[in-house]
Amino acid sequence: MNSSTLRDGTLETYLNAARERGLPLSEIFLEREAQASGRPKEELVALMHTRIAVMRHSLKRGLTSPQRSKSGLVDGGAHRLMQWSKEGNSLLGPAFTKLLASALAVAEVNACMGRIVAAPTAGSCGVMPSAIFTVAEEKGIPEAKLALAFFTAGGIGLVIEKLASLSGAEGGCQAEVGSASAMAAGAIVEMLGGTPEQVSAAVSFSLANVMGLICDPVLGLVEEPCVRRNALGALNAVSCAEMALAGIPSLFKADRVIETMGKVGRRLPEEFRETAKGGLALLQPEFNQA
Amino acid sequence: MGIFDVIGPVMVGPSSSHTAGAVRIGLFARRLLGSGPKVANIGLHGSFAATGEGHGTPLALLAGLLGLQPDDERIPAAAELAREQGLDYRFETVDLGDVHPNSVSLNLDGEGSSLEIMASSIGGGRIKVWRIDGFAVNLDGEYPTLLLAYPDRPGAVAIVSAILANAAINIATLKAHRTERGGQALMAVQLDEVPPINMLESLRHLPHFEQVRFIPALGFGG
Repeated sequence: MNSSTLRDGTLETYLNAARERGLPLSEIFLEREAQASGRPKEELVALMHTRIAVMRHSLKRGLTSPQRSKSGLVDGGAHRLMQWSKEGNSLLGPAFTKLLASALAVAEVNACMGRIVAAPTAGSCGVMPSAIFTVAEEKGIPEAKLALAFFTAGGIGLVIEKLASLSGAEGGCQAEVGSASAMAAGAIVEMLGGTPEQVSAAVSFSLANVMGLICDPVLGLVEEPCVRRNALGALNAVSCAEMALAGIPSLFKADRVIETMGKVGRRLPEEFRETAKGGLALLQPEFNQA
Repeated sequence: MGIFDVIGPVMVGPSSSHTAGAVRIGLFARRLLGSGPKVANIGLHGSFAATGEGHGTPLALLAGLLGLQPDDERIPAAAELAREQGLDYRFETVDLGDVHPNSVSLNLDGEGSSLEIMASSIGGGRIKVWRIDGFAVNLDGEYPTLLLAYPDRPGAVAIVSAILANAAINIATLKAHRTERGGQALMAVQLDEVPPINMLESLRHLPHFEQVRFIPALGFGG
């Protein structure tokens, strides 16, 4: 791979490199990272395993001990959902409820000043662990392949950062939860042996589904509606990965959809970009606690 | 930006700008002071004042001043840690003018040194230190950094760059500001590598510089 050919940073360039060399996209991103950082691939893979371990730790913590935030806006939702599922109430089966609960778990740990991996941001940290781990568990994906999936996710994130934005203050929730779901969806498609076209389609679908989603945190805190938007993101990621893997084609190249998300984000009024001056942030929370 | 900036950093929540960035500002100030602060007067500006409490910003700033990294799970307990370590701290709301909404001023007293610093958390845990002891600076903590205080006169920049060139250390950025012509000056130099200790010693022995401080790169932990 000639590094200059990948310098423009579009997803299409990386996908082309993967096609030409018959390599998975994760391998292309891993090589790029090794070149850019000057660190050997083995070291980077080992570092990714440590990030995965932190994700698993925060996920387990949120599922097993109810997380309550200082503000009271977060009150053990993930734990409650797991209890509900254990009692056999799950609407679409335990895996589906696990997906939702996992996203809440990590996002709640974040809201309660626990340790998380910002992926791509702290506000959207529940999406990737939930979507990628839940599918990997269902499909029996080995740990080594899981680490590579996160290189795919990270590489897609870098493309979004370059062509649009990963910041709620710049692009609204679509730039955080939307981007996290696009990263997770692409990673899941590759993890399950999808083609580069299918990765691209999964990224396009994920961003298209939440195009224009605003960032309107109640009291300016990363809690409401942020925590449940993480569940939305995880659900979005898995749905789009499945639709792409089934062969539903995207009408647009992923790069164009990413750019469009960036343009929409820049045109969002400031009150919808993390300032807590619009949307749900204007509502007065009404507590209905036992 | 690299993949581990996107799958990372590892941090204590809830917000990279209000929490992780605040820890890093505290850490930078502690390293610049050269010792653990004994007294800290902390002014919260803008969004740091408005939504800081719910984001743990005061705890995060204290944690950094106590030397904790952004991923340290003791950050929520920073107030107790401060009491244990004898750090006397006070928070107030301040208006630092037309600056980034996530900004803070820190007035610190350490063992035989004191420091006034103003900084902003500019997103993703990245910081911008923009004032030190009344001098305008522009530092991000990503590089090993030299800070030199001296009476403004010709040749200071030449001496520093010659000594760095001798040690084959590349300068990433260099900025010097002064109070007035012939007044007090402060030079801030961000380096690509950590300078050898004997280089710092030789700078300290030169009559030109009244104070030579070194701050290692902050990094992101995890």
